[in-house]
Amino acid sequence: MPEPLRGTGVSPGVGAGTVRTVAGEIPEPPAGTAAGDSETERDTALAALEDVAADLEARAERAAAAGNQDGRDVLVAQAMMARDPSLADGVRERTAAGATAARAVYEAFGVYRELLAGAGEYLAARVRDLDDIRDRAVARLLGLPMPGVPESDEPFVLVARDLAPADTAVLDPARVVAFVTEEGGPTSHTAIIARTLGVPAVVALRGATSLADGTRVLVDGAAGTVRVDPSDEEVAAARAAAAARAAALEDAVGPGATRDGHPVPLLANIGGPKDLDAALANGAEGVGLYRTEFLFLDRSAPPDPAEQEEAYRAVLEAFPQGRVVVRTLDAGADKPLAFLPPPGEEPNPALGERGLRMMRRHPDVLAAQLAALARAAAGLTAKLQVMAPMVTDADDTAYFAAACRDAGLEHPGVMIEVPAAALRARDLASEVEFFSIGTNDLAQYACAADRQIGALAALQDPWRPALLDLIAPAADAGVPCGVCGEAAGDPALACVLVGLGVTSLSMSAPSLPLVRTALAHHTLAQCQAAAAAARSARTAAEAREAARRHLPALHTLGL
Amino acid sequence: MSERSVRIESKVGLHARPAALFVQTAAKAPGDVTVAKRGGRPVNAKSILAVLAMDARHGEEVTITADGKDAEQLLDSLEELLSTPEPEGA
Repeated sequence: MPEPLRGTGVSPGVGAGTVRTVAGEIPEPPAGTAAGDSETERDTALAALEDVAADLEARAERAAAAGNQDGRDVLVAQAMMARDPSLADGVRERTAAGATAARAVYEAFGVYRELLAGAGEYLAARVRDLDDIRDRAVARLLGLPMPGVPESDEPFVLVARDLAPADTAVLDPARVVAFVTEEGGPTSHTAIIARTLGVPAVVALRGATSLADGTRVLVDGAAGTVRVDPSDEEVAAARAAAAARAAALEDAVGPGATRDGHPVPLLANIGGPKDLDAALANGAEGVGLYRTEFLFLDRSAPPDPAEQEEAYRAVLEAFPQGRVVVRTLDAGADKPLAFLPPPGEEPNPALGERGLRMMRRHPDVLAAQLAALARAAAGLTAKLQVMAPMVTDADDTAYFAAACRDAGLEHPGVMIEVPAAALRARDLASEVEFFSIGTNDLAQYACAADRQIGALAALQDPWRPALLDLIAPAADAGVPCGVCGEAAGDPALACVLVGLGVTSLSMSAPSLPLVRTALAHHTLAQCQAAAAAARSARTAAEAREAARRHLPALHTLGL
Repeated sequence: MSERSVRIESKVGLHARPAALFVQTAAKAPGDVTVAKRGGRPVNAKSILAVLAMDARHGEEVTITADGKDAEQLLDSLEELLSTPEPEGA
């Protein structure tokens, strides 16, 4: 049996299907004279545009059938653009002058691209539509794969260099059996979206984009492997193992606790009210991280106070007996907002004016958000806790606590993401009621490794003893301390975190059942022994292995 | 050749859905159809790209021309499209 390809498994489960690749950027076709005669080039170019138009129309009909009227309108307009008579004239002129079909199409689009780009805000979005049509036509002419997420009636394995939010927004989760990407790490967009959708995923798989379209593959998102041309027996065996794990999960219900009854509330990370169904279905006891950016992105003015209030209340109402931890706006150079002017050129956005640093520059935006939160919680039974991201020291902490008090919010907290804050957690603890450790950013800052860079994914490994050493003082600072980074969703690491003194765990909803099961099969003493063993190790791999020796049930659970 | 000046009542101007409807209607005519902003160069009204790039906004006046038989009838349809604001909530 040939060895499988190995990457990093970031979302568990098994998926088998044929490969469909998200093509990379379509290159500009080279200038130069066509080898063949100009009539052939012209006819080839116009036929490609007609094919693209027909394809867009077919997609428009499917969108209409699915009740997506806005999508239909955009696709119909795109089909009209592909069939535009002025564009066709431009193509004729250029092929007559000797250009190749691909070059003629590229240049003809260029004229309108420039006109639209120069014509104001609304038309900027049309420029993207136009580029998409151009790339589709050029891809056809050069024999390249179609750009964007591929269309398929059959379930498929989506393969890409990396997935952008724009790609995943149009994804039909029912059609995708697994994600495989060449780049990315455990906290990349691909990984997070895969866990949110409950789709198995392997990232940082070298050679992923060389897998030919139509190849059958077996993806194991827990093991991080991709097997090419698997036998039916291999697929069946992998599915059986996944099913056994799923069966073990059926028993895991109720509030999170260790085997000896030490309670560990299990909470969900959400990005808006739309994620509530998955959180409730997976038994979340509350929300441990409510990312509020979705309210602020893609708009030219801050959201209306009433709109904010409504989005917060929807989540608070879903957990009448639980808690909801809201993270205030986490904006910065890497997540720019139109209404917050950028602080200036930042060569290292991750180290720049983001999170609370940005809010200290725009106290009105923070005050408006806190006020909306206070109004949303009024009269409800859920416990609202509010925390600030990117907090560095006691001064930041005191500033945020004061802002919360001014807004009438009773339970302020801060995120521990900056190593300075972790090391001096006791200084921060006197100012607030709780901590929440963001392990993704804490790892990025502890290892000085940008989490967006796939080549550095190994430095993002939350099992690194250095990271555990930073978590320990925060968990021991005298205030309740949760973890809301992706580390909390790893069943073995979750036990270690509890052993370090972490009091609650918050994760993507699909990770909750596995973590609940893992905790329910181990005592607090076992978790503490695992934590001590992991911290005694010298490498991430050794830490993982050492911890597992104290967590015997993981093996029998197939974890 | 027949000619008509019309004020654009659509809130989004001659963009998005109104532009698509306008071009689809013009494209059905056998003869030439043009549209121009006041003082601007006339463009082919059958070209969605040319019409969008003209960037005619709400409240602006445009001149449309058509030739051939049934030109007046075509201009009637185009005028109605441009001078009808979209329904509330659309």
